[in-house]
Amino acid sequence: MALRAPRQGYSDALIRLGEKAENLVVLDADCAKSNLTNLFKEKFPERFFNIGISECDLVGTAAGLALAGKVPFANAYANFLTGRAFDQMRISVCYANNNVKVIGHNAGTSPAQEGATHLPLEDISLMRSLPRMTVIVPADAIEMKKAVVAAYEHHGPVYLRVGKLPVPIVTKEEDPFEIGKAITFKEGSDISLISTGMMLDETLKAAAILEKEGLQAEVIHVHTIKPIDVDAITRSAAKTKRVVTVEEHSIIGGLGSAVAEVLAEHQPTPMRRVGTQDRFGVSGKMDELLDFFGLRAANIVKAAKDCFEVIKVS
Amino acid sequence: MALSESKLAYYQELAKTIRQHIVRMTHHAGSGHPGGSLSATEILTNLFFEHMNVDPQNPDWEHRDYFFLSKGHCTPVYYSVLAEKGFFPVEELLTFRDVDGRLHGHPCSEHCPGVDISSGSLGQGLSVANGVALAAKLNGTNQRAYVMIGDGELQEGQVWEAAMTTPHYQLDNVCAIVDWNKIQLDDYVENVKGLGNLVGKWRAFGWHVIEIDGHDLNQVDHAFHEAKHVKGKPTVILAHTIKGKGISFMENTDKWHGLAPNDEELELALKELV
Ligand SMILES: Cc1ncc(C[n+]2csc(CCOP(=O)(O)OP(=O)(O)O)c2C)c(N)n1
Repeated sequence: MALRAPRQGYSDALIRLGEKAENLVVLDADCAKSNLTNLFKEKFPERFFNIGISECDLVGTAAGLALAGKVPFANAYANFLTGRAFDQMRISVCYANNNVKVIGHNAGTSPAQEGATHLPLEDISLMRSLPRMTVIVPADAIEMKKAVVAAYEHHGPVYLRVGKLPVPIVTKEEDPFEIGKAITFKEGSDISLISTGMMLDETLKAAAILEKEGLQAEVIHVHTIKPIDVDAITRSAAKTKRVVTVEEHSIIGGLGSAVAEVLAEHQPTPMRRVGTQDRFGVSGKMDELLDFFGLRAANIVKAAKDCFEVIKVS
Repeated sequence: MALSESKLAYYQELAKTIRQHIVRMTHHAGSGHPGGSLSATEILTNLFFEHMNVDPQNPDWEHRDYFFLSKGHCTPVYYSVLAEKGFFPVEELLTFRDVDGRLHGHPCSEHCPGVDISSGSLGQGLSVANGVALAAKLNGTNQRAYVMIGDGELQEGQVWEAAMTTPHYQLDNVCAIVDWNKIQLDDYVENVKGLGNLVGKWRAFGWHVIEIDGHDLNQVDHAFHEAKHVKGKPTVILAHTIKGKGISFMENTDKWHGLAPNDEELELALKELV
């Protein structure tokens, strides 16, 4: 399976967009080389601003640019961006309703050996809690390109999560992409596996393992965590009666929580959440971290079987 | 006041050994930050071996001096100095960034002996130094708090919030060191977001400022002595350094900010460090 870095897809899309969209401006916080916004800078130097190691200032400046009619894409590492500049996003961006695109790089386990301080495992949770914020977590570099365009075309604050290291390409150019619309990658009747971001790959593998064991899993990819696709989730849960959520993020506040909220109110269903537990990370290669955190197809299969144990419905 | 000749020779050798550790560790991990580690080598060597009141056998000793690596990415030099000082075995340095090790990419106070606080999110160290310094004043102890900050890191607003707190509370037990190597991740600091009149800025904030060559062990040693004798206000040592110092092809470039040497580059580097 082809591998590609989501940040590469992001950077390509940003440059293509920059050629048409003259009001597009790009900001970074001294991580342009790593976030590949340096490639945008090479093409459009006058529309690129390196604000330095100043994430709060970065977001505030982006708010000002938006206020004056530009469409700023403000880039920084997801952990520092959403952690440190949370209040600037809350007040200057969301409360003031400024059209800022906040791009959280180095997502999930992709900072790898940098270790706990750099692993953003809480960013979705934080961003999801902000009124007016749209939260998008693409599966791969192909979907990333569509997400960049959709974020630009959507009027209002958007948080887009971008991974650093190469991950499998699982979506196709012709797959649809609409903010807020989940995509069903495999139909099934026994259990719903609902994933976000690059975990779609392991989720599809888990579905294949379950299939060998005679269980038909439905795989739903939720690229937009907010607004979440209530309809797709409740419909699938009503059919399968068991749900597992899968994310490269803490089980607290991310996709798992969002789905649990939907199901609790609309379609109470036994569920399990696969994600990082309530703990900090360590240093390690990305593969080692996926094992360490239990973010593998085997973990998803185990969670699915747990659901069958809990409720033996027919 | 100068270091004795034998001490000077000893520390020069030690600095060389630490530079060897830095390139070996980053080579082992295949990632990490050699540039800002090599620029801080003389400063941290002198600080830990001549000035810090610490006990490697008892890292949590309550009367110790504190050190905070605010530019937390420079673990290669930090761990090397801690290991040479005896906080953990030197051999452990080659577990740097291993998934089952305790020498994480950025310092973790829970796992690594001698690390006073976890860091890696730039800008937070000086505030913590102020906190322990306030506690030392409350307790009537003569403990000191040292904090090393990167010049790029000075772009974080929190540094300047903290820089107002220190003189306000007359924390003369705080000593900040700026590793002024002129380069950050993307580029020269002046090209990203310039620091302007850095000496004037710290003075205006109420600090005693000492400007030195951060690779001259005598100047480094002298600065730490002077800082201990300044009363009523904190001291900042603005240390002019060279990013990547000691390895010709790593010197004065952003390329080696966060890049590990491959086999061949390791060999070349070690040849320069004999
Ligand atoms: C809050 C925060 N933002 C961004 C980063 C990513 N980062 C790590 S090191 C670095 C550059 C640091 O430059 P400087 O302070 O000059 O350090 P040195 O040159 O001494 O290595 C950046 C941007 C970070 N670790 N923390």
